[in-house]
Amino acid sequence: MSAWLERVRAARAASDPAPLLEAIPYARFMGLSAGLVEGELRCSMRFSDHLIGDSSLPALHGGATGALLESVSILTVLWRSETARLPKTINVTVDYLRRGRARDTFAAASLTKAGRRVASVRALAWQVDREAPIAAADAHFLLTPE
Amino acid sequence: MGVDRRRDACDTRCVPSEQKQASIDRMNAGMHDFVPHNRELGLAVVDFRHPSGELWMRLPYDARLVGNPDDGMLHGGAITTLMDAACGMAVMVRLGTASRIATLDLRIDHLKPGTPGRDVVAHTECYKVTRSVAFVRGFAHHGDADDPIAAVAASFIRKDAA
Repeated sequence: MSAWLERVRAARAASDPAPLLEAIPYARFMGLSAGLVEGELRCSMRFSDHLIGDSSLPALHGGATGALLESVSILTVLWRSETARLPKTINVTVDYLRRGRARDTFAAASLTKAGRRVASVRALAWQVDREAPIAAADAHFLLTPE
Repeated sequence: MGVDRRRDACDTRCVPSEQKQASIDRMNAGMHDFVPHNRELGLAVVDFRHPSGELWMRLPYDARLVGNPDDGMLHGGAITTLMDAACGMAVMVRLGTASRIATLDLRIDHLKPGTPGRDVVAHTECYKVTRSVAFVRGFAHHGDADDPIAAVAASFIRKDAA
């Protein structure tokens, strides 16, 4: 069994997706964490000064918001499908809807379609109010069937 | 070691002159003051062309940016950040001045797996500006522009436009 499938099965057995993100150096660097909230997989990005993309406002870097959306998308695919490896991003489109403020950011994703080779995902990022998202993403991932 | 990084970034046709290098240094100093996340990642402008709105920016390989511990490949988010920064800077090159802009949308296509351990260079071009919006496209590669690993298309709103 592949390392990722093993990690995913252990995380599912413990109902805790957090270790999956902790295995990823970039997720640690960006201050990302994961958990289940009322059965929904959520990621959060802890605010840190180094995530600022415009210090005059200040505002979060668009790349940081994009990274959070891509991470929650990957994690949702891992959590919900049986891919033997980490899903590979084919493409991701991010719509920036509101300025990301200097505070923690949250994200969740839904699997629009999970085929054998490709998964389609939509993800949303928000700060205070989920009804007022700061960004949305559409992404496609390549899966490696077991 | 001892490799001319500018040369492998965008080949010999665009090795900057001393005067140009001074403008590049000023661009990097401004960017690092204004954009802490770009500074944290070590992003650096390596070259630009003014009227065409072209820009080259380097992301140094960094173990902190790895997305898959099993193979050492950079996370897509790091590529997104490089592309967002390189697209935004291409808009400023095209406009000829530091401008207040915000990303409206950004699409990244991952064309082939990157090589662990290698720096990534983005080459972006702001090919159209209107009074309100700037449009940018580009590619990322490991030093060979004919062998891109990612493509980008982005649009920006001009916040200081009338």
